[in-house]
Amino acid sequence: MMRFSGLNLIAQAFSGHQSWPEQWPDKAPKAAYDVIIVGAGGHGLGAAYYLAAKYGITNVAVIEKGWLGGGNTGRNTTIIRSNYLYDESAHLYDHAVKLWDGLSQELNYNVMYSKRGVLMLAHNVHDIQSFKRHIHANRLNGVDNEWLSPEECQAYCPPLDISPNARHPVLGGALQRRGGTARHDSVAWGYARKATALGVDIIQNCAVTGIRRGPDGAVQGVETERGFIGAKKIGVSAAGNTSVVMNMAGLEFPLESYPLQALVSEPVKPIFPCVVMSNTVHAYISQSDKGELVIGAGTDQYTSYSQRGALHIIEHTLAAICEIFPIFTRMRMLRSWGGIVDVTPDRSPILGKTPVPGLYVNCGWGTGGFKATPGAADLLAHTIAHDAPHAINAPFNLDRFRNGRLIDEAAAAAVAH
Amino acid sequence: MLLIHCPYCEEDRPEVEFVYGGEAHIARPLDPASLSDQDWEHYLYIRRNPRGRHHERWRHTHGCGRFFNAVRDTVSDRFEQTYKAGEERR
Repeated sequence: MMRFSGLNLIAQAFSGHQSWPEQWPDKAPKAAYDVIIVGAGGHGLGAAYYLAAKYGITNVAVIEKGWLGGGNTGRNTTIIRSNYLYDESAHLYDHAVKLWDGLSQELNYNVMYSKRGVLMLAHNVHDIQSFKRHIHANRLNGVDNEWLSPEECQAYCPPLDISPNARHPVLGGALQRRGGTARHDSVAWGYARKATALGVDIIQNCAVTGIRRGPDGAVQGVETERGFIGAKKIGVSAAGNTSVVMNMAGLEFPLESYPLQALVSEPVKPIFPCVVMSNTVHAYISQSDKGELVIGAGTDQYTSYSQRGALHIIEHTLAAICEIFPIFTRMRMLRSWGGIVDVTPDRSPILGKTPVPGLYVNCGWGTGGFKATPGAADLLAHTIAHDAPHAINAPFNLDRFRNGRLIDEAAAAAVAH
Repeated sequence: MLLIHCPYCEEDRPEVEFVYGGEAHIARPLDPASLSDQDWEHYLYIRRNPRGRHHERWRHTHGCGRFFNAVRDTVSDRFEQTYKAGEERR
């Protein structure tokens, strides 16, 4: 692997940037691996990287039915935050935020993590009470979060309309300053490059069609479009398609897959300095470094694998954006798309072992998996390497739907996130 | 936006008139006290979530207000058929 540096950039300039080596080779599958990860998104590639880097398990393959980072990793709105209410969630998401710090250096790949702050707007008394409760809970868990008055909100985000007669009046906001955005593709690319340098094989365009289990019930490997590949351990990180993969192992999961849409505007000069979210009106917005406004909507109402949603959903979101930021009413939208998100009944992820020996799962991140990428990857790697969950992800087990120990972030936030 | 055929109104109407009601044909337990934790888990939380043919409930909220069942392909989002509540699974 060639190390990226200023010196190398200058050196490559002499050959007109024609002699950069490929960042990761596309491998043909071997007959067997120690560990197979299903799904080459940020979570799966990251898990392969941490297996190799932290636990010395380098005989690993990441198998992807499409292209690397082409699922929800390439389709999200890149928001990072950890201001979750419950202790378990705060620890889980803050583990990820801590790893975002320094990830560019660790991977020698600029993931462009920008701590521009995530501001969540309160539009009614319920929001104020709920956000203040979040703030106090967060601070007890060492997660930064602070209350801003409407004037302070506008000072932090000047395009915000805080006039009292606005359609969605701003009564204040909760600001997590460590929150922000990162470059989504870079995360997948950075993990892919570093993982392959450590010996991991990335196998793209190779859908998993079955999971083979032995007489003892344990996994033996996966059937794929390119034949059988053996493995002692399999980690599934397949987002919206997790139910489908789990069915191959004879498991039914507490998941439903919904389309979640996002859209970007034409690029404009820097105008929007932070991330603003409004749970009540279901809209979130930030500006990418290219200059596009990146806007996210709520999920469509029905389950689907179609990777597209209905126009009335984004119309509703844009109506709210235009009310809160009247300055954007004449912006033109450039592209919209959908991703398929796997939602659990309590809106918390499932990250741990399954009833099948050797089969591990990382799923159920719903509408907010990107922010957790390094944390989920690290914890999945830990769980696979030790055949036991880390203390941070132990509460996010599959058994909670049987014993009732739910981590009900849906009730805490009153929205899916 | 989906175009949905309401089997009561016998009309194709836009999706915004309807509210999705989740997976269909999940029977409420007749004797809740006798259910094990595993039964409760299955009834409350486990969903088929298929990639393909899906049986689901819809409610024509801004129309006749009635629940009905539908079969939809979750990859193409195309409705195969809709039928009245209480009818056999198709």
